[in-house]
Amino acid sequence: MEILVCVKRVPDTAENEIEVNRDGSGIKQDDLVYSVNEWDNYAVEEALQIREEAGGSVTVVTVGDDDSEEVLRREMAMGADNGLLLKDDSFNNSDGRGIATVLKAAVEKGNYDLILTGAQADDGAAQVGGMLAAMLDLPYASLVASLEILDDTKIKVGREIEGGNLEMSEMQLPCVLSIQTGINEPRYVGIRGIRKVAKVDIPVNGAGDLGVSADAVGQAGAAAKRIDYFVPELGEGAEMLQGSTDEIVDQLIELLKGKGGIK
Amino acid sequence: MALQIYAYMAHSGGVADDTTLEMITAAKALDADASVTAIVIGSGADLEAVCSDVAATYGEVWKVDDDALAYPNGEIYREILKRILPEGSVLLVPNDTFGMDLAPGLSIKLDVPFLADAVGFDGLDGTVVTAVRQEYSGQVSTHVQADLSGGAVITTRAGVFKADEAKSASGQVVDKTAEAMAGGAPESTRVFVEIVEAEAGDVDITKEDVLVSVGRGIEDEDNIPIAEELAEAMGAAVSCSRPIVDAKWLEKARQVGTSGQTVKPKVYMAMGISGSFQHLGGIKGSPFIVAVNKNAKAPIFQVAEIGVEGDILEYMPALTEKIKGL
Repeated sequence: MEILVCVKRVPDTAENEIEVNRDGSGIKQDDLVYSVNEWDNYAVEEALQIREEAGGSVTVVTVGDDDSEEVLRREMAMGADNGLLLKDDSFNNSDGRGIATVLKAAVEKGNYDLILTGAQADDGAAQVGGMLAAMLDLPYASLVASLEILDDTKIKVGREIEGGNLEMSEMQLPCVLSIQTGINEPRYVGIRGIRKVAKVDIPVNGAGDLGVSADAVGQAGAAAKRIDYFVPELGEGAEMLQGSTDEIVDQLIELLKGKGGIK
Repeated sequence: MALQIYAYMAHSGGVADDTTLEMITAAKALDADASVTAIVIGSGADLEAVCSDVAATYGEVWKVDDDALAYPNGEIYREILKRILPEGSVLLVPNDTFGMDLAPGLSIKLDVPFLADAVGFDGLDGTVVTAVRQEYSGQVSTHVQADLSGGAVITTRAGVFKADEAKSASGQVVDKTAEAMAGGAPESTRVFVEIVEAEAGDVDITKEDVLVSVGRGIEDEDNIPIAEELAEAMGAAVSCSRPIVDAKWLEKARQVGTSGQTVKPKVYMAMGISGSFQHLGGIKGSPFIVAVNKNAKAPIFQVAEIGVEGDILEYMPALTEKIKGL
């Protein structure tokens, strides 16, 4: 089974407070900790488990800049066989469709049985997998939380739907799946693993290599154009308790007593 | 010129989803003068029941009724929508698990712009709409523009557009089945097998009045007993957000959210929970929410009554100790 996993380098929202920069053109970059998009880690782990069971290879691909190479190496340290960086100035500021267009070109240069993405990334749009499948005219399932290989041509997937129920379907290969967190337990990556792949050559493909025309991607090709970032004016929000830990705990207990929170 | 907007109606078991009342508000927020047509796809008596229900809200309802459409399948429904939607249509779809499956690919098949998970609309200038979205787990918002002149697919977040409860329309139901099924049922290589229900747990958190709910802020599986001790002292049950279940620190039945349980407690202690919309979607009945989080920008503080900027690993044991001493 030849598997391609699409990954993205994103600011780690568990480690950072994300703030809008002064002119609203982006987020403040100072001290931001970046990592692999959480959903993508589960997708890579799933690919590795399939390879262990059915053989084949796992390739991780990203559309990004030189910094994105580190997330490819991290996923290769997890066990992915190959990395592929899709990098070109014309790809900058692509919308979801632009990213899917670039990935489509990379998919068509290979011969993949299964293409995985994370269910969503930092922008919360959850769009690239579905767009990629539609462009490739391949079957698609989103939010996949269970996956079983039936034979060389068929898989059984469970989509996580409302209430945490699983919608089970059988699908033909090749296909595109977006992977939900919790489908597996992504393996730990140690320093040794990272060192082992530090020198591995990662090929870079630009627009020319991929045959992607500049007007289909980037800001020029974006049908959905992000104009600015802002912090919305919201209601008052929570009353923030002040004081020492001890004082705050006393206030909390009084409040909870009043609301029936302590039985 | 006023837009013609189509709104996809989510339904299940013959019951229209809550979002069916929100989609008309979303459409009017996009364009106050828009005429809005509801689209209901399904089969049989269930479909009829949903059609008559939404006809009380929408002036026009398009129905597509076929046995092959009994269970929603993104691949098949994409083709059905492609067959019936006029060129240049603007389609709104709720951003639920089916909408996520259906909509991005549909925008490609229709060759129109896609806007995902809109939480608001901030003006329509000619044919260019400005939508409001959220990024980074709701920590910042963005304005995104798209030209609707050639049509668009837009998904809207559940629960943010006010439900239109007026039910004052007496909409006309138009049967689009012949058009939709011309050439036969669309083929699909994804075949629905069954629904596997999530396993029930030892505690039914949907019936609890007080919940101590933990998120990433608990940091380690070894810290789960700290939450359990606080819950015991309060006479509450422990629930959690998705990452805790993903990490297998607590069972799925303890998860609050759209992909977990919908709870209706009187008091909800959000401990180290950032407050993603998927999590908040599982909290109903306007409980008294107390949030403790190290990140002062966490979205949970926008919905909580009482907030504490701090470490739950400090506050939870302190609370437990004092409550025990009462």
